[in-house]
Amino acid sequence: MMTRRARVAQRLRERAVEGLMFLAAVSSVAVTAGIVGILVYESLPFFRQVSLREFLTEPLWTPLFADPRFGILPLVTGTLVTSAIALLVAVPVGTVTAIYLSEYAPSRVRETVKPILELLTAVPTVVFGYFALLVVTPWLQVIVPDLPGFNMLSPGIIIGIMIVPYVSSISEDAMRAVPMHIREGSYAMGATRMQTALRVVVPSALSGIAAAYVLGVSRAIGETMVVAIAAGQQPHLTWNPMEPAATITAFIVQVSLGDLPHGSIGYQSIFAAGLTLLVMTLAFNVAGHLLRRRFRQAY
Amino acid sequence: MTEIRTLIRRRKRMDGLFMAAGVATTFVGLVVLGTLIADLVASGAGRLTWSFLTSFPSRFAAQAGILAAWVGTALVMLITMAAAVPLGVAAGIYLEEYAPRTWLTDLIEINIANLAGVPSIIYGLMALGLFVYQLRLGFSILTGGLTLALLVLPIVIMATREAIRAIPASIREAAYALGATKWQMVRDHVLPYAAGGIATGVIIAMSRAIGETAPLITVGALAFIAFLPPAPWQAHFPFVSFEWLWAPFTVLPIQLFNWVSRPDPAFRQNAAAAGIVLIAMTLAMNALAIWLRARARRRVKW
Repeated sequence: MMTRRARVAQRLRERAVEGLMFLAAVSSVAVTAGIVGILVYESLPFFRQVSLREFLTEPLWTPLFADPRFGILPLVTGTLVTSAIALLVAVPVGTVTAIYLSEYAPSRVRETVKPILELLTAVPTVVFGYFALLVVTPWLQVIVPDLPGFNMLSPGIIIGIMIVPYVSSISEDAMRAVPMHIREGSYAMGATRMQTALRVVVPSALSGIAAAYVLGVSRAIGETMVVAIAAGQQPHLTWNPMEPAATITAFIVQVSLGDLPHGSIGYQSIFAAGLTLLVMTLAFNVAGHLLRRRFRQAY
Repeated sequence: MTEIRTLIRRRKRMDGLFMAAGVATTFVGLVVLGTLIADLVASGAGRLTWSFLTSFPSRFAAQAGILAAWVGTALVMLITMAAAVPLGVAAGIYLEEYAPRTWLTDLIEINIANLAGVPSIIYGLMALGLFVYQLRLGFSILTGGLTLALLVLPIVIMATREAIRAIPASIREAAYALGATKWQMVRDHVLPYAAGGIATGVIIAMSRAIGETAPLITVGALAFIAFLPPAPWQAHFPFVSFEWLWAPFTVLPIQLFNWVSRPDPAFRQNAAAAGIVLIAMTLAMNALAIWLRARARRRVKW
């Protein structure tokens, strides 16, 4: 029999273990708090010197120049253009791949192809940056001879390829969750597989497919190394993908590579840029959440 | 009647074309991956010699190597694992086995899902403000390792939860029936059965951390390190030394980034060779994880 003391000790141990594990779980909330807290704390002094109006409307971003200008717009357009190109690649390729894997491919093919596609997400992004700058850009220059060595097109395409597995994998899961009898109803009306896929399965799975696109957008706007290597690092207000430009992420990398004293306006500007990036990611996620609610179907 | 026949034939042809398009798009990713590897091997395999692995960086491309980079990568990964695995596994166990259904638990779950979508460079900025300046850990191996640990924490937590969820309730009931306490049940049954799944998740998390570049740039990893961190052992008492935690560092992807950004084409070969090393490590880790998962699925039948 256990003595009274041993029982008390055991109960204490149980409580201590549970307490420690609870702390570990709460630490993930602390990480979020830390992210928001640090970004706001470090960019507050920035916004004391730069008005929100200048930050959002000024067309120049030259925080390290002798005559500094602090308009975030050039970085935002760079981010949006590269992300838009990436989506133009990833959405069609990823969706059609998902339809093929879910509706056409035999299960052996699906079980083999899916993990191989997911290997694409394992390749370090810096390697994709190398590929965009030294392989894809020279190829594109064969087609478009006056394309500059740094441009937004090539990294945009490569980011698109990188996020295909995110889009296809999640869309495919959503399509496979559509119950079989709905497909059978469509086949019974004489529809082909393509008609069934496009007019019945895809609309029914739209909520899940939208979630896949949102994840793709988040990945694309947060992608750093590919654009830092292959898009050039000059902030430049343009919507033309053939031109070089800097994204928010590329700017943060460029400044971090230099030697900036803690507390200088340049140091603060990367936190202001990071806060902008976080807000953009959050905005797209909220929009995606609303979209999903709008399209949700229950069976 | 013939009209219907042509209609059906046209529809069937469309169906076939669509299927061909599906096969083609499925191969796009695979073709890019193949081309990427082929180009790396073609441009970099010649530089992949023993002296490349055992030399410090240099301004002469032909003499430069990745010694400081891979030692840095190994040490940073050590810290990342030491921090992320206990924290992530404990959080996963708590959420699956202990957590009551309260708003706090919901908050933690939503939060973990959202953290997985935060861009990695944001973690770098947070680490710069928090670890480097608030906690004064400096631009050190310790800072780099902790930064990546926070980045991969959601992956470890989610893998742990998934592995635990696959264990049937009957196992737990059997342990309780024999008088085990909750912690004894978790320690002696849940953890051993979930170990395979957790290990798979940890490997995936580490392969992600090995390739991360951006968050380490913001916490001041340098590209030109011509020395190794102090050794973790010493001749006098207490024989182990933690000096290396505070050493400045570089890692493989940052070395690669530095070489890619140089205009001199001779460095391109070095970049490609470093790329081969990096991609070989990450692909091997992922292949190992896929194999482990497939084996576990085949062997374990509850």
